[in-house]
Amino acid sequence: MRGRRERVQGRLPLVLLLPALLGLAFLLVPLAGLLAQAPWATLPSRLFSADVGQALRLSLLCASAATVICLLLGVPLAWLLARAELPGRGLIRALVTVPLVLPPVVGGVALLLVLGRRGLIGERLDLWFGFSLPFTTAAVIVAEAFVAMPFLVISVEGALRAADPRYEEAAATLGAGRWLTFRRVTLPSIAPGIVAGAVLCWARALGEFGATITFAGNLPGRTTTMPLAVYLALETDPDVAVVLSVVLLAVSVVVLACLRERWISGLR
Amino acid sequence: MFRRTVAVALAAVAASTLVSCGDDTPAASGTTSLSGTVNVFAAASLTGTFTRLGKDFEAAHPGVKVVFNFAGSSALAQQINQGAPADVFASAAPKNMDQVTGKGTATTFAKNKLEIAVPKGNPGKVTGLKDFADPNRKIALCAEQVPCGAAAKKVFEAAHLTPQPDSLEQDVKAALTKVTLGEVDAALVYKTDVLAAKDKIEGIDFPEATQAINDYPIATLTDAKNPATAKAFVDYVLSPEAKTVLTKAGFETP
Repeated sequence: MRGRRERVQGRLPLVLLLPALLGLAFLLVPLAGLLAQAPWATLPSRLFSADVGQALRLSLLCASAATVICLLLGVPLAWLLARAELPGRGLIRALVTVPLVLPPVVGGVALLLVLGRRGLIGERLDLWFGFSLPFTTAAVIVAEAFVAMPFLVISVEGALRAADPRYEEAAATLGAGRWLTFRRVTLPSIAPGIVAGAVLCWARALGEFGATITFAGNLPGRTTTMPLAVYLALETDPDVAVVLSVVLLAVSVVVLACLRERWISGLR
Repeated sequence: MFRRTVAVALAAVAASTLVSCGDDTPAASGTTSLSGTVNVFAAASLTGTFTRLGKDFEAAHPGVKVVFNFAGSSALAQQINQGAPADVFASAAPKNMDQVTGKGTATTFAKNKLEIAVPKGNPGKVTGLKDFADPNRKIALCAEQVPCGAAAKKVFEAAHLTPQPDSLEQDVKAALTKVTLGEVDAALVYKTDVLAAKDKIEGIDFPEATQAINDYPIATLTDAKNPATAKAFVDYVLSPEAKTVLTKAGFETP
């Protein structure tokens, strides 16, 4: 295995290598700029302020909860798109990706129009149960899930289409029901796709700003996630904003690296 | 028609140079030899009025083009300090102006004060500032980091009230959106914002607003590419004609 990989790398053509390195630099140089600007001397004292801890905890909690929701709803949706005989499937698939192109702030307004206090569904919730979703932590999770779900759906659908359907057919001929086949054959075969999708989804949710601040507002301890704290810090003290961004970056890199190490390599 | 506009504009410019205690020679801004593009960086709350003023200024000076960049004052200050090509800066807060020019070089051209904004019909039955301390009402305020939030903090201190906000918005327009959509019972926004959205919301004046009058300074920038036209535009904004436009939008003028 290892020998084959090295041989492939040795033959990497310059035509690919050059743009690849350029691409890598394009992605990393702005981050390096951020790190170079960070006020390292005062970083520890700023890091351990209560506000930062609170925002970070809320960010991690909401991004994780949003990812769980996306998994519960997104994997079945991806299965539907990839496997079921649906009329107008192309259109549905295009619609699923709409939150990707929608400016997040518009997404937030759309959520308000449906789930807000005067919204189509939100008005009923308020009337019948006295419950209003905006300005709550739950609203942060809803906003993040709305924006992040397409990443998961697209990734899982891709995995499903790439998976060999003959295994599922074989399971069916051996007498397994559709649910059993899905659980024992389909899911394991697309697990790497699900993990990759979940990772993308989590990362997108963690950095979510526009939909969150529009739909959930901004109140420390309840709805102020790290990106919101960064944005507001930028208004007064760009140094603090840089510190917060570095913290968010560091935490996400650590989490993603650990996940990849444990899950993806374990699956190969 | 055209000739009259020029005459009015010239008179206005001449008058303003006299009013603003002309530290420069009045002739410099009164000449018609202005040309080129002037880049104006202006606070988001000036979008309506400055677009109008820019059109009038262009009409008065053929060959001159006014290009605007509207955004939050602190973002604009940052852009200018990072080298963005600006000739004129009109800020919604003296603090952001000082970040760019150093203290005391700008002129105040407008003042804005806070007003309570409620959805049409006032469903939360808000009557005054004291209702902002009621935890059962949904309240949006601007975050303290942005000018409207700093002003709100001042009025609450003056009124000895502790507000119970449900959200601290990132700018005044976001706070206004929450009112327009009926998501909150009340928000503190600027009087100009209430006027601009008056078919969707209602405004309630309150006495403590005088405790936090927001000054809008304007200045030409030292590394302006087009200093003569930049200065003429600033003089125009300080003119009586421009004052009428600003007052109509809800600003107070000095």
